Amino acid sequence: MAGLFDMHSLSASYGGSLVLEEINFSVKENDFIGVIGPNGGGKTTLLKVILGLLKPVSGEIIFNSDLLNSNSIGYLPQISTGDINYPVTVTDVVLSGLMIRKGVMSGMSSDDKKKAEMVIEELGLKGMARSSLSELSGGQLQRVFLGRAIIGDPRLLLLDEPGNFVDSSFENDFYEKLRMLNGRMAILMVSHDVGTISSHIKSFACVNRKLHYHPSHEITNDDLLAYGCPIQLITHGEVPHTVLKIHT
Amino acid sequence: MDQSIFQYDFIVRAILGALFASITAGLAGTYIVSRRMVFLSGGITHASFGGIGIGYFAGINPVIGAAVFGILSALGVEYLSGRQKIREDSAIGILWAFGMAIGIIFIYLTPGYSPNLMSYLFGSILTVSDADIIALGVMSIILILYFLIFYRTILYISFDESYARTYSSYVDIFKYVTTSLMALTIVLNIRMAGVVLVLSLLTIPPNIAMIFTRVYFKVVVWSVLAGFLGTSAGYTISYFAGIPVGATIIFTLVIIWVVAKGINQLLLRYKRINR
Repeated sequence: MAGLFDMHSLSASYGGSLVLEEINFSVKENDFIGVIGPNGGGKTTLLKVILGLLKPVSGEIIFNSDLLNSNSIGYLPQISTGDINYPVTVTDVVLSGLMIRKGVMSGMSSDDKKKAEMVIEELGLKGMARSSLSELSGGQLQRVFLGRAIIGDPRLLLLDEPGNFVDSSFENDFYEKLRMLNGRMAILMVSHDVGTISSHIKSFACVNRKLHYHPSHEITNDDLLAYGCPIQLITHGEVPHTVLKIHT
Repeated sequence: MDQSIFQYDFIVRAILGALFASITAGLAGTYIVSRRMVFLSGGITHASFGGIGIGYFAGINPVIGAAVFGILSALGVEYLSGRQKIREDSAIGILWAFGMAIGIIFIYLTPGYSPNLMSYLFGSILTVSDADIIALGVMSIILILYFLIFYRTILYISFDESYARTYSSYVDIFKYVTTSLMALTIVLNIRMAGVVLVLSLLTIPPNIAMIFTRVYFKVVVWSVLAGFLGTSAGYTISYFAGIPVGATIIFTLVIIWVVAKGINQLLLRYKRINR
């Protein structure tokens, strides 16, 4: 399967210190990669380099231009910086995901608005299109920002700590939405929580200045099914651990 | 001059003044209130008083002095707050007092006491010249075109700046241009409401509008209407009661805000009962 982008011995620094060092990494079509690692390990920096917000100090990132350009990346930031009391509707926020292909002077066509309507319905927010953000719950808010990330039909979706947004009751539902989206786009999901991460993830990249990639064959489907739930615990080998009994 | 012509002239000027003040204040005010820049705008307003003082002293139009001071201080705070190396509220507080101090010093140094000083502090329709009205009219057209042409871009940058940076390299340009236009709007409205009261002319109407709608475009439209209602009622009351116009306008706007808030509370309660 073709790669969307390749990083060749890429290094990046943030605030004067080297955060990513000599990274070789690529994402292929239909990948669902979990990016895990400690805080300050460089996970968000990795996303910034992919988004083009941060230039590498050495090495390079090459986009496969047939499949991916900077217009076809969707992005769900870590806790949105948008002000929920801002006078803006759900539809307006979702539509803003289309600005990436528009000039500063363009408005939104009726096709754009139809598209937003479809995305809003797909994410289970029907009936809230005209609501303001302050009327929504945490989980609904997260889906609005996911809608903004996917309305442009990206080939690659970047998610930064989506678990931060919501309480666990929304989490399963959210990962189910991601599984559905993964049929149309590659997903790269950052999580600082090294332990819990969705079982829909096909492979892992551990980032702590260096990047170690764990391809899918290291994680078998049997392992995932054994837990009977879509959230599982991932850890490197040789870790002392205790599993408590399920409450009855 | 014929008395009736003078009166007619005054009324036309008052109506146009109210209209242009409402349009500019509605557009600029919605941006300021939405982006939570009310305190920054207070700083810009008072900093521009320094420009008024220097204008008097140097014998140039004080509005030009105020515009230069207003825009420079707006850009300065926007730039500094973007770098996050200083406490923004403290910087604004310093700027606020510094502008006032410069203004007072230079007006004091100007030979002969300036009779218009009070009108700059509290506003007066009597000292509003045709040039002021024309300037506000031109500003109205500029702001309407600016917001119509760049509506989505301005909306999304001010809603979520850091997300906008992921797709646009024009974020800073738009922030600086829009903030400069806000500063200019404030300065041009100082003639109407005065340094002390102008901020409320910009911030009360959007707050009235946001009681009823949370759609940015509608907030602008309702702000302009609420502003026009407040300013024209304020003019009328001030004319017949013989009290200062700036203070009367602000007083009227606050009353409208209180009434709107009350009506909204009643509507909410009515809805709850009938559920």
